[in-house]
Amino acid sequence: MRTTRRTFVQASLAATAAATLLPISLHAQQGRLIRRPIPSSREEIPIVGLGTWITFNVGDDPALRNECAGVMAAFFEAGGRMIDSSPMYGSSQPVVGYGLQKLGRPQALFSADKVWTSSAAAGPTQIEQSRRYWGVPKFDLVQVHNLLTWKPHLQTLFQMKASGTVRYVGITTSEGRRHDLIEQIMRSEPIDFVQFSYNVVDREAEARLLPLASERGIAVIVNRPFRQGALTERLKNKPLPEWAAELGASSWAELMLKFILAHPAVTVAIPATTRVDHVRENLSAAAGPMPDTAMRQRIAAHVKAL
Amino acid sequence: MSEWWTYRAEDFLLFSPRVYWRMFELHNAALWPLHFVTFDAGLIILLLIAWRPGSSARWVASILAMLWIFVGWSFLWNRYTTINWVAAYIAPAFFVEGTLLLIAALSGALAFEKRRPGDWIAYLILGFALLGQPLLAPLQGRGWASSEVFGIAPDPTVIGTLGVLLLARGRLVPWLLPIPVLWCLLSGLTLQTMGEPQAWATYAGLALAALGWIWRIVRQRGSLPVA
Repeated sequence: MRTTRRTFVQASLAATAAATLLPISLHAQQGRLIRRPIPSSREEIPIVGLGTWITFNVGDDPALRNECAGVMAAFFEAGGRMIDSSPMYGSSQPVVGYGLQKLGRPQALFSADKVWTSSAAAGPTQIEQSRRYWGVPKFDLVQVHNLLTWKPHLQTLFQMKASGTVRYVGITTSEGRRHDLIEQIMRSEPIDFVQFSYNVVDREAEARLLPLASERGIAVIVNRPFRQGALTERLKNKPLPEWAAELGASSWAELMLKFILAHPAVTVAIPATTRVDHVRENLSAAAGPMPDTAMRQRIAAHVKAL
Repeated sequence: MSEWWTYRAEDFLLFSPRVYWRMFELHNAALWPLHFVTFDAGLIILLLIAWRPGSSARWVASILAMLWIFVGWSFLWNRYTTINWVAAYIAPAFFVEGTLLLIAALSGALAFEKRRPGDWIAYLILGFALLGQPLLAPLQGRGWASSEVFGIAPDPTVIGTLGVLLLARGRLVPWLLPIPVLWCLLSGLTLQTMGEPQAWATYAGLALAALGWIWRIVRQRGSLPVA
């Protein structure tokens, strides 16, 4: 097809409109994964990451450590970038570090960790210990875990960001706790990321946090997308609706992830798993068509009715 | 912790059942064949109390003290802490219990009597700790590799100690009870949260010990002369 000035202008206008209305850039980088920009920097990251809560806490068990490394290998192979952990997650940090070392320190890694201590003074020491566990030169993102001692920790993190020892700063909560305080911090502090729970049945965040994140230009990380496996367990014997095929979803996990990822304010969802086939399945949800508003309502209503 | 009422036991469970039971497999493999020694130590405790109650208390307390300190160090401190940071705070409690037992051994603050009401309950608990608890793993399809053995794993060691304390008398007994009772509650809650039916074995050990104490108190009061 010959590109005329008119068709070029039309295409440009369409692209601009699409970018405005649907902040999903369908770049075909690293396979078919959809990526979204971190609002504070416009850096793009794939919309499915990897959580480590429970799944990576395997202690010194060599066989299970290697399994985790296998999950990480599959994650990176499929184009994943963000891995999220915390000092609260037992041995998860050293296990992530083990996997990274085994995989030759993948350049694609977007390292997201947390500070979790009631002592403000102990924050920098803990972050440094976490960095050593991971074996990374610096973290991409450090978040204040569950808002514990959040004021002084945020000041520490802002100073670290200013000095270039961390790239992004965030806060976290889970299971709908302390949304009022989260909202207050989102309004008053220059944070880059906010992390909270959101899934097809826990939709409290839709009312205030997700719109506020869009308004304030804060990237959103969604934790517990399957309610820590409870949703996939509940639905495993239920037939997947035929209309899931319209979205290219071949499992409940994919369908429920697509529900989350289609929300325009969501930047990354971080399902955790111990299985290579599940990590591939999760990442496949980050490709292909996404549900529109009507389809999202249909998914939510269908799951609720089961 | 804010909004504490919104937290459930599941929120504090840091590991999966698979990792938990694998931990016992690795622990057993690392200590094998020490299991024969600790099992024999348990058997000796039982036989000493049953056959030489008058002169065995110091030996029984000493053996138990060593086992508590060993389990606290080898299992809680060196292994369980790798998946559960809370264990770092629990391990010292095992050292405290071991120290209390040592004090009981050195001071002669524990004693056993020949026959008392409710003794059969104590022997039942001790027998379960020695012979029953190791069977739970294979009976639940986990195989022998993750069996919990007296003197190696905390649950049978603690439940066995409850049986011993039920048979004992002396001024230190009330001081020796809280840590085993609290461990049983904590371990039972952990197993229950993981959805493991074995939780009921731990709760049952504790309930039987409580029943034994009540039985004894009732029988002793019933045998007191009326004033």
